[in-house]
Amino acid sequence: MAFLEIKQLHKRFGGLHAVKDVSFQVEPGQIKAVIGPNGAGKTTLFNMISGTFPATSGSVTFQGRELLGKKPFQVATLGMARTYQNIKMFSGMTALENVMVGRHVQSNAGFLASMFRMPRTWKEERDIRDKSMELLGLLEIEEHAHIDAASLAFGQQRAVELARALAMEPTLLLLDEPAAGLNIYETAEVGRLITKIRDLGITVLLVEHDMSLVMDISDEIVVLCFGEKIAEDVPTAIQQDPEVIKIYLGEE
Amino acid sequence: MTTELFIQYLLAGITYGSIYAIVAIGFNIIYNTTGIINFAQGEFVMFGGMIAISLLQFMPLPLAILLAVVLTMLIGALIEICFIRWLKSPSVLRMIIITIGISILSREVAVHVWGESIRSLPYFVGNEITSIPILGARISPQVLWVVAVSGLMVVCLGVFFKTTSVGREMRACASNRKAATLCGINAENMVTLSFVLSAGIGALAGCVMSPITYSQYDMGTGLAIKGFTVAILGGLGSSGGAVAAGLLLGIIEAFSVSVVPLAFQDAISISILLIILFVRPQGLFGSKEAAGLKEF
Amino acid sequence: MKKLLSILPLLAVVIGVHLLTSATDTMYYLTQMTMSAYYSLLIIGLCVLMGYAGQISLGHAGFFAIGGYLSAALTTRSLIPYQGTTLVSLLDSAGLLLSGHDLYGEALLVVTPWAACIIAVLTAACIAVVIGIPVLKLKGHYLAMATLGFGIIIYRLALAMEYFGEADGISEVPAFVLLPGVSVSGNFSDRVQNYYIAWVLLLIGMVLLLNLIDSRVGRALRGIHGSDEAADAMGVNTARFKLQTFVLSAVFAAIAGVFLTHYNGGIGPSEAGVMKSVRYVAIVAVGGMAHLWGALLMGIVLNFLSLRGIFGSYDDAVFGLILIVIMLFAPNGILSINVRHRLRQLLGRGKQDRAGEV
Repeated sequence: MAFLEIKQLHKRFGGLHAVKDVSFQVEPGQIKAVIGPNGAGKTTLFNMISGTFPATSGSVTFQGRELLGKKPFQVATLGMARTYQNIKMFSGMTALENVMVGRHVQSNAGFLASMFRMPRTWKEERDIRDKSMELLGLLEIEEHAHIDAASLAFGQQRAVELARALAMEPTLLLLDEPAAGLNIYETAEVGRLITKIRDLGITVLLVEHDMSLVMDISDEIVVLCFGEKIAEDVPTAIQQDPEVIKIYLGEE
Repeated sequence: MTTELFIQYLLAGITYGSIYAIVAIGFNIIYNTTGIINFAQGEFVMFGGMIAISLLQFMPLPLAILLAVVLTMLIGALIEICFIRWLKSPSVLRMIIITIGISILSREVAVHVWGESIRSLPYFVGNEITSIPILGARISPQVLWVVAVSGLMVVCLGVFFKTTSVGREMRACASNRKAATLCGINAENMVTLSFVLSAGIGALAGCVMSPITYSQYDMGTGLAIKGFTVAILGGLGSSGGAVAAGLLLGIIEAFSVSVVPLAFQDAISISILLIILFVRPQGLFGSKEAAGLKEF
Repeated sequence: MKKLLSILPLLAVVIGVHLLTSATDTMYYLTQMTMSAYYSLLIIGLCVLMGYAGQISLGHAGFFAIGGYLSAALTTRSLIPYQGTTLVSLLDSAGLLLSGHDLYGEALLVVTPWAACIIAVLTAACIAVVIGIPVLKLKGHYLAMATLGFGIIIYRLALAMEYFGEADGISEVPAFVLLPGVSVSGNFSDRVQNYYIAWVLLLIGMVLLLNLIDSRVGRALRGIHGSDEAADAMGVNTARFKLQTFVLSAVFAAIAGVFLTHYNGGIGPSEAGVMKSVRYVAIVAVGGMAHLWGALLMGIVLNFLSLRGIFGSYDDAVFGLILIVIMLFAPNGILSINVRHRLRQLLGRGKQDRAGEV
């Protein structure tokens, strides 16, 4: 049984087949990338895995559990975290508070306990804060902890978003175009962070446009084109694949 | 229920239904060009009736109505220019609150100008006891006026949007404001125009209904919520749907009088609104996908 | 503990106002201060719903009315005609009924205020759950209209039902004896006592909400407001949190309704009116939406001025105007206009205060 198994996944919007019967597997501890030109169905694929919208048919199993039909918050509780292509910060909250929201699934104080400050919430609250600070430290942005997250620079927001996802202590992390909008230095930096995250024992599945990043860090690559999987292999093999070259560089 | 009584109820339903449809179309015109639900829509109807009643002291009825409609259109334009035009991409919540504020302010202006008394325009033809027989039931000719004027408005609007260039430009703004701006259409003026248009049809409806339903400073909220019910029921943005849904709600309301006390009548139509919102927010005739595309 | 400290200056102000009015022989102000405190209790609850959970409600006067009307009706409408029924005898054996005489010396059998209060608040909570489940799935205009519709239904029912006194409402509501010697009533002699009851209740409410905002739940709520989708992906059950906040704010509104009704000795249909709901929204907006202190301050000031009759016959117009002006020029509330900083320090500051996106 694979760690994450995607089988015959299909999505239709009206007459458009955005994702056509895509199947692949992710093994634990891997960095796996999904690449493809614009409109290849990468983000659609992600949204189906994380439960943002339902698939037309197929199945996604995560550690033996079927994910399709589950809501995003249920998927999150199973240990899957994700980030967004266009960063979704919680505006009006500091960087630290953003990360603290990430601890949601790892804590459980409810309405009444929170309102009445029950003693059992004290330790939990302290743990949430400590752990979140620690993660900001890991991503090297702890000096911005008390700044409104929405006012941070783009690259820093990316880091906060990563810290927020890591705060959930996920076993699988989905990254939607982590290098989008970053320059080459920042991209290399993000690449380094992703490897660091994998070394923590977290499996990473990312969707990416930037070939250099993907070739550098991934263990395996899936290539999508017009919703179909056209190749799946290690980076060096993908680079040689005539089909992939045809898509990216055009036909001879 | 006798046939006469049945027809009586049916006609009453159609009368009220056409008013609701007009209010709903007013909602739709503004919604289509701006994405805003104008909570002050009912106040346009109130202004139309009230202004015409005041003007009647100085001039004959047709002129008073004409002038009232024009004045209300000016009010509509003024509201848009003062409160809406210069806001840069405001959030939905902000727009809701602003139009609610406008609605309250309009009502307060009305109560200070005209007081709390209930007024009405005279019957256009004959008086309150004049009636004409239709299929054994006797109805007031004013009912025909309401239905005819409402029908005419729907047809004229349809022709306006389909054939005139201004109408087409408004529709272009409705489907994609940014693209329309790029084509050289002045989207801001189109929004003002949509307020003017919906103020105008609201005012005219307010005049023709006044002899039957009377006019009062606080009639707007009730009309707005029923108009909104109809707009949702017919699928937000669709005129044809609004007419069908308006007649449906009017008729349901009219017949419900024979079952439940009058005092609960409003509660019924609002419950219908709630049920529709919960079950089919895209309306009876709208498709789910189209509703999903609209931004809320 | 820090929360409690931030409340202390306010407590000092409350006592200060009492001393000031008794020194200057203007104790009659305390009556409006008491009423303002009850309205503000509703308003801070609504503030959490609107500012932090991001859900508009144009029907909160409805919940206030449910609380007020139910406790008024239960404590004044005699149950003697139903004495034989199981429900009444069950209440009786539980010691929840009081017998007495009305103004004309007729025998009365009514529910005790404590029981009535609990029944009223629980009913409001249940209605909030039933209404909230479908309503909170809606967004934007739909949500606004649906809550407005709910408010109008409650208003119409209050107007149409004989049990609730139709247009006259319910009067001669008895005092609510909280503890022996402590009762919520409009008696002249109890004025100071009632002033403190209202304000202590409001302060307790405030502490609870401040705690809530700065907790796991509060962060999740603000997250929902910031980005619904991202909060969802963080494992926040957004639907449940919105519903719980809705119910919480309904409970605050109902409690305010119960207490104010006993204090005024009656309630009328205007308390359920649309204008009231809009007024509450206006006050939350002026306070800055996601700003509990702002909501509290504005709730007290505006209600007090309105109750003193400062606005005369332009009362509703003033609130309409406030709504428009604030939304046009200062959508983050008037406290967001630089004075905010100073006011915050003045009010014992709270780092939980945050100007929210509107």
